[in-house]
Amino acid sequence: MIEIKGITKRYGEKYAAKDVTFTVNAGEVMGFLGPNGAGKSTTLNILTGYLSATSGTACIDGIDILQDPIGAKAKIGFLPEQPPLYLDMTVKEYLNFVYDLKRCKLDRKKHLDEICRVVKIRDVYGRVIRNLSKGYRQRVGIAQALIGNPPVLIFDEPTVGLDPKQIIDIRNLIRDLGREHTVILSTHILPEVQAICDRIVVINNGEIVADEKTENIARAVEGKRRMTFNICGPRNDVLKLLKSIPGVTYAEVIGNRDLDSTSFLVESDEKIDIRKPLFFALAEKRWPLIGMDVMGMDLEDVFLALVDKNAKKGVRKGEKQ
Amino acid sequence: MLAVYKKELRSYFIGPIGYIYMALYLLVSSLIFTYTTLYAGTCDVTTYYTFILYLFAILIPLLTMRMLSEEKKSRTEQILLTSPVSLTSVIFAKFLAAFTLFAGTLLISCLHFIILFAYGTPSTAIMISTTLGILLIGAAFVAIGIFVSACTENQLVAALVTIVAIASTLVLNVLSGYVSFTPLRVVMRWLSVFDRFYAFTYGYFDFVALLYYVSVTVVFLFLTVRVFEKRRWE
Repeated sequence: MIEIKGITKRYGEKYAAKDVTFTVNAGEVMGFLGPNGAGKSTTLNILTGYLSATSGTACIDGIDILQDPIGAKAKIGFLPEQPPLYLDMTVKEYLNFVYDLKRCKLDRKKHLDEICRVVKIRDVYGRVIRNLSKGYRQRVGIAQALIGNPPVLIFDEPTVGLDPKQIIDIRNLIRDLGREHTVILSTHILPEVQAICDRIVVINNGEIVADEKTENIARAVEGKRRMTFNICGPRNDVLKLLKSIPGVTYAEVIGNRDLDSTSFLVESDEKIDIRKPLFFALAEKRWPLIGMDVMGMDLEDVFLALVDKNAKKGVRKGEKQ
Repeated sequence: MLAVYKKELRSYFIGPIGYIYMALYLLVSSLIFTYTTLYAGTCDVTTYYTFILYLFAILIPLLTMRMLSEEKKSRTEQILLTSPVSLTSVIFAKFLAAFTLFAGTLLISCLHFIILFAYGTPSTAIMISTTLGILLIGAAFVAIGIFVSACTENQLVAALVTIVAIASTLVLNVLSGYVSFTPLRVVMRWLSVFDRFYAFTYGYFDFVALLYYVSVTVVFLFLTVRVFEKRRWE
Protein backbone atom coordinates (compact mmCIF):
# COMPACT_ATOMS: atom_id res chain seq x y z
CA MET A 1 0.00 0.00 0.00
CA ILE A 2 2.76 2.38 0.95
CA GLU A 3 6.18 2.00 -0.52
CA ILE A 4 9.09 4.22 0.38
CA LYS A 5 12.34 3.60 -1.42
CA GLY A 6 15.63 5.24 -0.65
CA ILE A 7 14.18 8.53 0.56
CA THR A 8 16.94 11.00 1.33
CA LYS A 9 16.41 14.56 2.45
CA ARG A 10 19.39 16.79 2.82
CA TYR A 11 19.51 20.26 4.28
CA GLY A 12 22.90 21.51 3.25
CA GLU A 13 25.35 19.14 4.89
CA LYS A 14 22.85 17.69 7.30
CA TYR A 15 20.74 14.65 6.47
CA ALA A 16 17.21 14.75 7.87
CA ALA A 17 16.51 11.38 6.28
CA LYS A 18 19.04 9.05 4.78
CA ASP A 19 18.08 6.25 2.44
CA VAL A 20 14.84 5.55 4.26
CA THR A 21 13.15 2.46 2.85
CA PHE A 22 10.10 0.61 4.10
CA THR A 23 6.74 -0.67 2.97
CA VAL A 24 3.42 -0.83 4.73
CA ASN A 25 0.97 -3.48 3.61
CA ALA A 26 -2.71 -2.83 3.19
CA GLY A 27 -4.61 -3.01 6.45
CA GLU A 28 -1.50 -2.79 8.56
CA VAL A 29 -1.00 -0.40 11.46
CA MET A 30 2.61 0.64 11.34
CA GLY A 31 4.34 2.31 14.24
CA PHE A 32 6.97 4.79 13.20
CA LEU A 33 9.22 5.16 16.15
CA GLY A 34 12.15 7.38 16.87
CA PRO A 35 13.47 9.97 19.27
CA ASN A 36 12.66 13.62 18.70
CA GLY A 37 14.40 14.95 15.64
CA ALA A 38 15.10 11.50 14.20
CA GLY A 39 13.46 12.26 10.89
CA LYS A 40 9.94 10.95 11.47
CA SER A 41 8.13 14.10 10.48
CA THR A 42 10.45 14.69 7.54
CA THR A 43 9.72 11.23 6.17
CA LEU A 44 5.98 11.63 6.66
CA ASN A 45 6.00 15.08 5.12
CA ILE A 46 7.72 13.66 2.08
CA LEU A 47 5.27 10.79 1.91
CA THR A 48 2.34 13.20 1.96
CA GLY A 49 3.84 15.52 -0.62
CA TYR A 50 4.39 18.45 1.71
CA LEU A 51 8.15 18.26 1.24
CA SER A 52 10.13 16.90 -1.63
CA ALA A 53 12.89 14.40 -1.12
CA THR A 54 16.42 15.06 -2.34
CA SER A 55 16.26 11.57 -3.82
CA GLY A 56 14.17 8.44 -3.59
CA THR A 57 10.54 7.64 -4.31
CA ALA A 58 7.36 7.35 -2.29
CA CYS A 59 4.35 5.50 -3.67
CA ILE A 60 0.87 5.22 -2.27
CA ASP A 61 -1.17 2.40 -3.70
CA GLY A 62 1.21 2.30 -6.64
CA ILE A 63 0.96 6.03 -7.35
CA ASP A 64 4.19 8.01 -7.14
CA ILE A 65 3.73 11.15 -5.08
CA LEU A 66 5.99 13.11 -7.43
CA GLN A 67 4.54 11.90 -10.71
CA ASP A 68 0.89 12.18 -9.75
CA PRO A 69 0.75 14.23 -6.56
CA ILE A 70 -2.98 14.88 -6.75
CA GLY A 71 -3.83 11.21 -7.30
CA ALA A 72 -1.56 10.11 -4.47
CA LYS A 73 -2.75 12.79 -2.06
CA ALA A 74 -6.36 11.76 -2.67
CA LYS A 75 -5.53 8.43 -1.04
CA ILE A 76 -4.09 9.92 2.14
CA GLY A 77 -5.62 11.40 5.24
CA PHE A 78 -2.88 13.25 7.09
CA LEU A 79 -2.75 14.66 10.58
CA PRO A 80 0.48 16.68 10.82
CA GLU A 81 2.35 17.19 14.05
CA GLN A 82 0.52 20.45 14.55
CA PRO A 83 -3.11 20.00 13.46
CA PRO A 84 -3.73 22.38 10.54
CA LEU A 85 -6.76 24.10 12.01
CA TYR A 86 -8.17 27.48 11.09
CA LEU A 87 -8.79 28.75 14.58
CA ASP A 88 -11.40 31.33 13.68
CA MET A 89 -13.68 28.81 11.99
CA THR A 90 -16.26 26.68 13.74
CA VAL A 91 -15.77 22.92 13.59
CA LYS A 92 -18.67 22.75 11.16
CA GLU A 93 -17.22 25.38 8.84
CA TYR A 94 -13.81 23.79 9.01
CA LEU A 95 -14.97 20.27 8.17
CA ASN A 96 -17.12 21.58 5.36
CA PHE A 97 -14.14 23.47 4.00
CA VAL A 98 -11.98 20.35 4.07
CA TYR A 99 -14.81 18.40 2.46
CA ASP A 100 -14.85 20.89 -0.42
CA LEU A 101 -11.07 21.10 -0.57
CA LYS A 102 -10.71 17.35 -0.96
CA ARG A 103 -13.53 17.31 -3.49
CA CYS A 104 -15.24 14.61 -1.55
CA LYS A 105 -18.01 12.85 -3.44
CA LEU A 106 -19.70 11.13 -0.49
CA ASP A 107 -23.01 12.38 0.82
CA ARG A 108 -21.95 15.49 2.74
CA LYS A 109 -24.28 15.43 5.69
CA LYS A 110 -24.12 11.71 6.24
CA HIS A 111 -20.35 11.54 5.86
CA LEU A 112 -19.56 14.45 8.21
CA ASP A 113 -22.11 13.14 10.69
CA GLU A 114 -20.48 9.73 10.68
CA ILE A 115 -17.00 11.21 11.18
CA CYS A 116 -18.16 13.37 14.07
CA ARG A 117 -19.68 10.31 15.66
CA VAL A 118 -16.49 8.29 15.26
CA VAL A 119 -14.13 10.92 16.67
CA LYS A 120 -16.71 12.16 19.19
CA ILE A 121 -16.85 15.84 18.35
CA ARG A 122 -20.61 16.16 17.88
CA ASP A 123 -21.02 18.25 21.01
CA VAL A 124 -18.56 20.89 19.80
CA TYR A 125 -19.71 20.90 16.19
CA GLY A 126 -20.94 24.48 16.30
CA ARG A 127 -18.09 25.92 18.35
CA VAL A 128 -15.20 28.04 17.21
CA ILE A 129 -12.02 25.98 17.09
CA ARG A 130 -10.01 28.62 18.94
CA ASN A 131 -12.10 27.93 22.05
CA LEU A 132 -11.61 24.16 22.03
CA SER A 133 -9.30 22.26 24.35
CA LYS A 134 -6.20 20.56 22.99
CA GLY A 135 -7.88 17.17 23.07
CA TYR A 136 -10.79 18.36 21.00
CA ARG A 137 -8.53 20.17 18.58
CA GLN A 138 -6.63 16.95 18.06
CA ARG A 139 -9.89 15.17 17.36
CA VAL A 140 -10.92 17.78 14.85
CA GLY A 141 -7.52 17.23 13.26
CA ILE A 142 -8.22 13.52 13.04
CA ALA A 143 -11.72 14.21 11.69
CA GLN A 144 -10.14 16.29 8.95
CA ALA A 145 -7.91 13.38 7.98
CA LEU A 146 -10.88 11.04 7.76
CA ILE A 147 -12.84 13.16 5.31
CA GLY A 148 -13.20 11.44 1.97
CA ASN A 149 -12.56 8.09 3.64
CA PRO A 150 -8.98 7.72 2.32
CA PRO A 151 -7.49 4.22 2.46
CA VAL A 152 -4.27 5.47 4.06
CA LEU A 153 -4.18 7.41 7.32
CA ILE A 154 -1.02 9.06 8.59
CA PHE A 155 -0.84 10.43 12.10
CA ASP A 156 2.21 12.38 13.19
CA GLU A 157 2.48 12.27 16.98
CA PRO A 158 -1.25 12.43 17.59
CA THR A 159 -1.10 12.13 21.36
CA VAL A 160 1.52 14.72 22.21
CA GLY A 161 0.37 17.09 24.92
CA LEU A 162 -2.82 15.26 25.78
CA ASP A 163 -3.82 14.09 29.23
CA PRO A 164 -3.78 10.35 30.01
CA LYS A 165 -7.47 9.82 29.40
CA GLN A 166 -7.37 11.64 26.10
CA ILE A 167 -4.33 9.61 25.10
CA ILE A 168 -6.21 6.39 25.74
CA ASP A 169 -9.22 7.69 23.81
CA ILE A 170 -7.12 8.67 20.81
CA ARG A 171 -5.27 5.34 20.90
CA ASN A 172 -8.51 3.40 20.93
CA LEU A 173 -9.76 5.52 18.10
CA ILE A 174 -6.66 4.83 16.04
CA ARG A 175 -6.87 1.14 16.78
CA ASP A 176 -10.47 1.12 15.57
CA LEU A 177 -9.52 3.03 12.45
CA GLY A 178 -6.78 0.49 11.84
CA ARG A 179 -9.39 -2.15 11.15
CA GLU A 180 -10.43 -0.51 7.91
CA HIS A 181 -7.46 1.62 6.98
CA THR A 182 -3.76 1.35 6.45
CA VAL A 183 -2.29 3.47 9.21
CA ILE A 184 1.09 4.99 9.93
CA LEU A 185 1.40 6.21 13.49
CA SER A 186 4.47 8.22 14.30
CA THR A 187 5.44 8.59 17.91
CA HIS A 188 8.29 8.58 20.37
CA ILE A 189 6.16 6.97 23.05
CA LEU A 190 6.85 3.25 23.19
CA PRO A 191 3.82 1.78 24.95
CA GLU A 192 1.71 3.52 22.35
CA VAL A 193 3.29 1.48 19.60
CA GLN A 194 3.13 -1.71 21.59
CA ALA A 195 -0.55 -1.13 22.24
CA ILE A 196 -1.66 -0.35 18.72
CA CYS A 197 0.74 -1.40 16.03
CA ASP A 198 1.24 -4.59 14.04
CA ARG A 199 4.65 -3.58 12.90
CA ILE A 200 7.35 -1.21 14.04
CA VAL A 201 9.84 0.78 12.06
CA VAL A 202 12.46 2.49 14.13
CA ILE A 203 14.30 5.52 12.81
CA ASN A 204 17.25 7.29 14.36
CA ASN A 205 19.41 10.09 12.99
CA GLY A 206 17.50 9.87 9.74
CA GLU A 207 18.20 6.18 9.20
CA ILE A 208 15.99 3.14 9.62
CA VAL A 209 17.49 0.95 12.34
CA ALA A 210 14.78 -1.71 12.63
CA ASP A 211 11.73 -2.87 10.72
CA GLU A 212 9.99 -5.78 12.44
CA LYS A 213 6.68 -7.17 13.56
CA THR A 214 5.88 -5.85 17.00
CA GLU A 215 6.39 -9.23 18.66
CA ASN A 216 9.68 -9.76 16.84
CA ILE A 217 11.17 -6.39 17.51
CA ALA A 218 13.17 -7.66 20.48
CA ARG A 219 14.98 -10.04 18.14
CA ALA A 220 16.22 -7.12 16.12
CA VAL A 221 18.64 -6.52 18.91
CA GLU A 222 21.37 -9.08 19.09
CA GLY A 223 21.75 -9.93 22.68
CA LYS A 224 21.45 -12.49 25.33
CA ARG A 225 18.54 -14.01 27.09
CA ARG A 226 18.67 -13.30 30.77
CA MET A 227 16.87 -15.43 33.27
CA THR A 228 16.79 -15.86 37.01
CA PHE A 229 16.30 -19.25 38.65
CA ASN A 230 15.47 -20.15 42.21
CA ILE A 231 17.00 -23.50 42.98
CA CYS A 232 17.20 -25.50 46.19
CA GLY A 233 20.59 -27.13 46.37
CA PRO A 234 24.22 -26.60 47.27
CA ARG A 235 25.14 -23.25 45.90
CA ASN A 236 28.52 -23.96 44.33
CA ASP A 237 27.50 -27.27 42.82
CA VAL A 238 24.42 -25.74 41.28
CA LEU A 239 26.50 -22.92 39.85
CA LYS A 240 28.92 -25.43 38.35
CA LEU A 241 26.01 -27.36 36.84
CA LEU A 242 24.50 -24.19 35.39
CA LYS A 243 27.76 -23.25 33.72
CA SER A 244 28.07 -26.73 32.25
CA ILE A 245 24.78 -26.54 30.35
CA PRO A 246 25.35 -25.90 26.64
CA GLY A 247 24.39 -22.39 25.63
CA VAL A 248 24.96 -20.78 29.00
CA THR A 249 27.36 -17.90 28.64
CA TYR A 250 27.26 -16.56 32.13
CA ALA A 251 25.97 -17.54 35.54
CA GLU A 252 26.23 -16.00 38.97
CA VAL A 253 24.70 -16.20 42.39
CA ILE A 254 22.57 -13.22 43.19
CA GLY A 255 21.57 -14.18 46.66
CA ASN A 256 19.41 -16.18 48.99
CA ARG A 257 15.78 -15.16 48.82
CA ASP A 258 14.68 -17.61 51.46
CA LEU A 259 16.35 -20.14 53.69
CA ASP A 260 16.84 -23.14 51.49
CA SER A 261 16.91 -21.75 47.95
CA THR A 262 19.40 -19.67 46.07
CA SER A 263 18.79 -17.26 43.19
CA PHE A 264 20.99 -17.43 40.13
CA LEU A 265 21.27 -15.08 37.22
CA VAL A 266 21.93 -16.88 33.99
CA GLU A 267 22.66 -15.48 30.58
CA SER A 268 22.45 -17.68 27.56
CA ASP A 269 22.96 -17.54 23.88
CA GLU A 270 19.95 -16.01 22.26
CA LYS A 271 19.30 -18.90 19.89
CA ILE A 272 19.41 -21.65 22.48
CA ASP A 273 16.64 -22.30 24.95
CA ILE A 274 18.34 -23.66 28.06
CA ARG A 275 15.24 -24.03 30.16
CA LYS A 276 14.40 -27.62 29.26
CA PRO A 277 17.90 -29.10 29.55
CA LEU A 278 18.37 -27.20 32.78
CA PHE A 279 15.17 -28.63 34.19
CA PHE A 280 16.18 -32.21 33.42
CA ALA A 281 19.70 -31.71 34.71
CA LEU A 282 18.36 -30.38 37.99
CA ALA A 283 15.81 -33.16 38.21
CA GLU A 284 18.53 -35.73 37.78
CA LYS A 285 20.39 -34.22 40.74
CA ARG A 286 17.09 -33.89 42.64
CA TRP A 287 17.63 -30.16 43.18
CA PRO A 288 14.15 -28.67 42.92
CA LEU A 289 13.69 -25.69 40.68
CA ILE A 290 11.18 -23.55 42.51
CA GLY A 291 11.23 -20.36 40.48
CA MET A 292 12.07 -19.16 37.04
CA ASP A 293 11.82 -15.69 35.59
CA VAL A 294 12.65 -14.74 32.04
CA MET A 295 13.81 -11.17 31.94
CA GLY A 296 12.46 -10.32 28.49
CA MET A 297 13.47 -7.06 26.98
CA ASP A 298 10.58 -4.70 26.73
CA LEU A 299 10.24 -2.23 23.95
CA GLU A 300 11.92 0.40 26.01
CA ASP A 301 15.13 -1.63 26.24
CA VAL A 302 14.95 -2.62 22.61
CA PHE A 303 14.52 0.92 21.56
CA LEU A 304 17.42 2.17 23.63
CA ALA A 305 19.56 -0.71 22.41
CA LEU A 306 18.75 0.04 18.79
CA VAL A 307 19.30 3.73 19.10
CA ASP A 308 22.45 3.18 21.08
CA LYS A 309 23.85 0.67 18.64
CA ASN A 310 23.16 3.05 15.84
CA ALA A 311 24.77 5.94 17.62
CA LYS A 312 27.94 3.91 18.18
CA LYS A 313 27.99 2.93 14.54
CA GLY A 314 27.70 6.60 13.69
CA VAL A 315 30.65 7.44 15.88
CA ARG A 316 32.74 4.75 14.27
CA LYS A 317 31.84 6.01 10.86
CA GLY A 318 32.79 9.48 12.00
CA GLU A 319 36.17 8.24 13.21
CA LYS A 320 36.95 6.70 9.88
CA GLN A 321 36.29 9.95 8.15
CA MET B 1 -10.21 25.82 -5.94
CA LEU B 2 -13.71 26.98 -5.13
CA ALA B 3 -13.26 25.75 -1.57
CA VAL B 4 -10.19 27.93 -0.99
CA TYR B 5 -11.84 30.88 -2.72
CA LYS B 6 -14.91 30.68 -0.51
CA LYS B 7 -12.79 30.17 2.59
CA GLU B 8 -10.64 33.22 1.88
CA LEU B 9 -13.60 35.40 1.09
CA ARG B 10 -15.34 34.29 4.24
CA SER B 11 -12.24 34.81 6.36
CA TYR B 12 -12.23 38.51 5.38
CA PHE B 13 -15.57 38.83 7.09
CA ILE B 14 -15.04 36.48 10.02
CA GLY B 15 -12.38 38.90 11.21
CA PRO B 16 -12.50 42.66 10.92
CA ILE B 17 -10.19 43.05 7.91
CA GLY B 18 -12.85 42.88 5.21
CA TYR B 19 -14.98 45.49 6.96
CA ILE B 20 -12.01 47.74 7.68
CA TYR B 21 -10.90 47.59 4.08
CA MET B 22 -14.31 48.40 2.68
CA ALA B 23 -15.01 51.15 5.18
CA LEU B 24 -11.65 52.82 4.71
CA TYR B 25 -11.75 52.56 0.96
CA LEU B 26 -15.27 53.91 0.63
CA LEU B 27 -14.64 56.71 3.12
CA VAL B 28 -11.36 57.92 1.69
CA SER B 29 -12.47 57.51 -1.91
CA SER B 30 -15.57 59.59 -1.20
CA LEU B 31 -13.43 62.34 0.26
CA ILE B 32 -11.05 62.26 -2.68
CA PHE B 33 -13.99 62.24 -5.05
CA THR B 34 -15.55 65.25 -3.37
CA TYR B 35 -12.36 67.30 -3.56
CA THR B 36 -11.17 66.26 -7.02
CA THR B 37 -14.44 66.48 -8.93
CA LEU B 38 -17.24 68.18 -7.04
CA TYR B 39 -15.17 70.99 -5.51
CA ALA B 40 -13.08 71.29 -8.63
CA GLY B 41 -16.23 71.54 -10.70
CA THR B 42 -15.18 68.95 -13.25
CA CYS B 43 -16.45 65.67 -14.61
CA ASP B 44 -12.95 64.43 -15.30
CA VAL B 45 -12.11 61.48 -13.03
CA THR B 46 -8.40 61.25 -13.94
CA THR B 47 -7.24 63.16 -10.88
CA TYR B 48 -9.62 61.18 -8.71
CA TYR B 49 -8.19 57.88 -9.87
CA THR B 50 -4.62 59.14 -9.63
CA PHE B 51 -5.17 59.73 -5.94
CA ILE B 52 -6.95 56.40 -5.63
CA LEU B 53 -3.85 54.66 -6.97
CA TYR B 54 -1.84 56.11 -4.10
CA LEU B 55 -4.54 54.93 -1.74
CA PHE B 56 -3.95 51.41 -3.03
CA ALA B 57 -0.44 51.44 -1.67
CA ILE B 58 -1.87 51.60 1.83
CA LEU B 59 -5.07 49.60 1.45
CA ILE B 60 -4.19 46.65 -0.78
CA PRO B 61 -1.68 45.27 1.74
CA LEU B 62 -4.65 44.90 4.10
CA LEU B 63 -6.13 42.37 1.69
CA THR B 64 -3.00 40.37 1.07
CA MET B 65 -0.77 40.62 4.13
CA ARG B 66 -2.33 37.66 5.95
CA MET B 67 -3.06 35.52 3.00
CA LEU B 68 -0.02 33.24 2.99
CA SER B 69 2.05 34.51 5.93
CA GLU B 70 -0.65 33.45 8.35
CA GLU B 71 -1.04 30.02 6.74
CA LYS B 72 2.66 29.51 7.08
CA LYS B 73 2.81 30.68 10.67
CA SER B 74 -0.08 28.54 11.88
CA ARG B 75 1.04 25.59 9.73
CA THR B 76 -2.39 25.43 8.10
CA GLU B 77 -0.62 25.50 4.75
CA GLN B 78 0.00 21.83 5.40
CA ILE B 79 -3.60 20.94 4.75
CA LEU B 80 -3.61 22.94 1.54
CA LEU B 81 -0.39 21.37 0.32
CA THR B 82 -1.27 17.80 1.24
CA SER B 83 -4.79 17.88 -0.17
CA PRO B 84 -5.49 16.63 -3.67
CA VAL B 85 -5.40 20.09 -5.24
CA SER B 86 -2.65 21.79 -7.19
CA LEU B 87 -0.59 24.53 -5.61
CA THR B 88 -1.30 26.82 -8.55
CA SER B 89 -5.04 26.53 -8.05
CA VAL B 90 -4.69 27.31 -4.34
CA ILE B 91 -2.67 30.45 -5.03
CA PHE B 92 -4.98 31.49 -7.82
CA ALA B 93 -8.04 30.99 -5.62
CA LYS B 94 -6.48 33.20 -2.99
CA PHE B 95 -5.69 35.84 -5.58
CA LEU B 96 -9.23 35.67 -6.87
CA ALA B 97 -10.68 36.08 -3.39
CA ALA B 98 -8.58 39.18 -2.70
CA PHE B 99 -9.37 40.54 -6.14
CA THR B 100 -13.09 39.95 -5.63
CA LEU B 101 -13.15 42.05 -2.50
CA PHE B 102 -10.98 44.67 -4.16
CA ALA B 103 -13.08 44.85 -7.33
CA GLY B 104 -16.36 44.65 -5.44
CA THR B 105 -15.45 47.61 -3.28
CA LEU B 106 -14.18 49.53 -6.29
CA LEU B 107 -17.42 48.94 -8.15
CA ILE B 108 -19.45 50.09 -5.15
CA SER B 109 -17.39 53.28 -5.07
CA CYS B 110 -18.35 53.85 -8.70
CA LEU B 111 -21.76 54.87 -7.39
CA HIS B 112 -20.09 58.27 -6.91
CA PHE B 113 -20.31 58.76 -10.62
CA ILE B 114 -24.10 58.95 -10.50
CA ILE B 115 -23.67 62.47 -9.18
CA LEU B 116 -21.54 63.39 -12.17
CA PHE B 117 -24.14 62.01 -14.55
CA ALA B 118 -26.90 63.86 -12.70
CA TYR B 119 -25.24 67.28 -12.74
CA GLY B 120 -22.80 67.14 -15.63
CA THR B 121 -21.95 65.46 -18.89
CA PRO B 122 -19.09 63.07 -18.24
CA SER B 123 -17.77 60.79 -20.97
CA THR B 124 -19.03 57.30 -20.28
CA ALA B 125 -16.29 55.80 -22.41
CA ILE B 126 -13.51 57.46 -20.43
CA MET B 127 -15.15 56.49 -17.18
CA ILE B 128 -15.40 52.84 -18.16
CA SER B 129 -11.92 52.59 -19.63
CA THR B 130 -10.38 54.35 -16.64
CA THR B 131 -12.16 52.06 -14.20
CA LEU B 132 -11.04 49.09 -16.21
CA GLY B 133 -7.47 50.33 -16.07
CA ILE B 134 -7.75 50.73 -12.31
CA LEU B 135 -9.06 47.18 -11.99
CA LEU B 136 -6.11 45.86 -13.96
CA ILE B 137 -3.60 47.80 -11.91
CA GLY B 138 -5.34 46.60 -8.75
CA ALA B 139 -4.99 43.00 -9.91
CA ALA B 140 -1.27 43.51 -10.40
CA PHE B 141 -0.93 45.08 -6.93
CA VAL B 142 -2.89 42.25 -5.31
CA ALA B 143 -0.58 39.74 -6.99
CA ILE B 144 2.47 41.64 -5.71
CA GLY B 145 0.96 41.64 -2.22
CA ILE B 146 0.33 37.90 -2.33
CA PHE B 147 3.87 37.28 -3.47
CA VAL B 148 5.27 39.33 -0.58
CA SER B 149 2.97 37.53 1.85
CA ALA B 150 4.36 34.19 0.67
CA CYS B 151 7.89 35.31 1.52
CA THR B 152 7.37 35.91 5.23
CA GLU B 153 5.62 34.53 8.29
CA ASN B 154 4.97 37.97 9.68
CA GLN B 155 1.88 39.87 8.60
CA LEU B 156 3.34 43.20 9.57
CA VAL B 157 6.47 42.65 7.52
CA ALA B 158 4.28 41.54 4.61
CA ALA B 159 2.19 44.69 4.90
CA LEU B 160 5.15 47.07 5.10
CA VAL B 161 7.05 45.48 2.25
CA THR B 162 3.93 45.52 0.10
CA ILE B 163 3.37 49.20 0.84
CA VAL B 164 6.93 49.98 -0.19
CA ALA B 165 6.69 47.81 -3.30
CA ILE B 166 3.46 49.36 -4.52
CA ALA B 167 4.49 52.88 -3.60
CA SER B 168 7.76 52.53 -5.45
CA THR B 169 6.01 51.46 -8.67
CA LEU B 170 3.84 54.53 -8.29
CA VAL B 171 6.64 57.05 -7.81
CA LEU B 172 8.87 55.59 -10.51
CA ASN B 173 7.66 57.94 -13.23
CA VAL B 174 8.18 60.95 -10.99
CA LEU B 175 11.65 59.75 -10.05
CA SER B 176 12.54 58.95 -13.63
CA GLY B 177 12.30 62.66 -14.37
CA TYR B 178 15.39 63.20 -12.22
CA VAL B 179 17.43 60.48 -13.83
CA SER B 180 19.74 61.65 -16.57
CA PHE B 181 21.11 58.23 -17.48
CA THR B 182 18.86 57.30 -20.39
CA PRO B 183 18.81 53.48 -20.20
CA LEU B 184 17.91 53.59 -16.53
CA ARG B 185 15.23 56.13 -17.22
CA VAL B 186 13.74 53.93 -19.92
CA VAL B 187 13.67 50.97 -17.57
CA MET B 188 12.05 53.04 -14.85
CA ARG B 189 9.42 54.31 -17.21
CA TRP B 190 8.80 50.82 -18.40
CA LEU B 191 8.22 49.59 -14.88
CA SER B 192 6.12 52.58 -13.97
CA VAL B 193 2.46 51.80 -13.49
CA PHE B 194 1.30 55.31 -14.23
CA ASP B 195 2.66 55.67 -17.73
CA ARG B 196 0.45 52.96 -19.07
CA PHE B 197 -2.51 54.05 -17.02
CA TYR B 198 -2.81 57.41 -18.77
CA ALA B 199 -3.82 55.76 -22.02
CA PHE B 200 -6.97 54.55 -20.30
CA THR B 201 -7.80 58.06 -19.10
CA TYR B 202 -8.00 59.24 -22.68
CA GLY B 203 -10.83 56.80 -23.20
CA TYR B 204 -9.14 54.33 -25.43
CA PHE B 205 -8.43 50.80 -24.63
CA ASP B 206 -4.71 50.14 -24.73
CA PHE B 207 -4.22 46.50 -25.51
CA VAL B 208 -0.49 46.65 -24.77
CA ALA B 209 -1.21 48.07 -21.31
CA LEU B 210 -3.76 45.34 -20.69
CA LEU B 211 -1.17 42.77 -21.61
CA TYR B 212 1.37 44.50 -19.38
CA TYR B 213 -0.82 44.48 -16.27
CA VAL B 214 -2.04 40.95 -16.84
CA SER B 215 1.56 39.84 -17.30
CA VAL B 216 2.66 41.48 -14.05
CA THR B 217 -0.19 39.71 -12.27
CA VAL B 218 0.65 36.35 -13.77
CA VAL B 219 4.37 36.74 -13.14
CA PHE B 220 3.89 37.51 -9.45
CA LEU B 221 1.41 34.68 -8.98
CA PHE B 222 3.85 32.38 -10.71
CA LEU B 223 6.65 33.60 -8.43
CA THR B 224 4.40 32.91 -5.44
CA VAL B 225 4.00 29.32 -6.58
CA ARG B 226 7.77 29.13 -7.01
CA VAL B 227 8.33 30.36 -3.46
CA PHE B 228 6.34 27.39 -2.17
CA GLU B 229 7.97 24.96 -4.56
CA LYS B 230 11.39 26.16 -3.56
CA ARG B 231 10.64 25.68 0.10
CA ARG B 232 9.58 22.12 -0.59
CA TRP B 233 12.83 21.35 -2.33
CA GLU B 234 15.42 23.21 -0.33
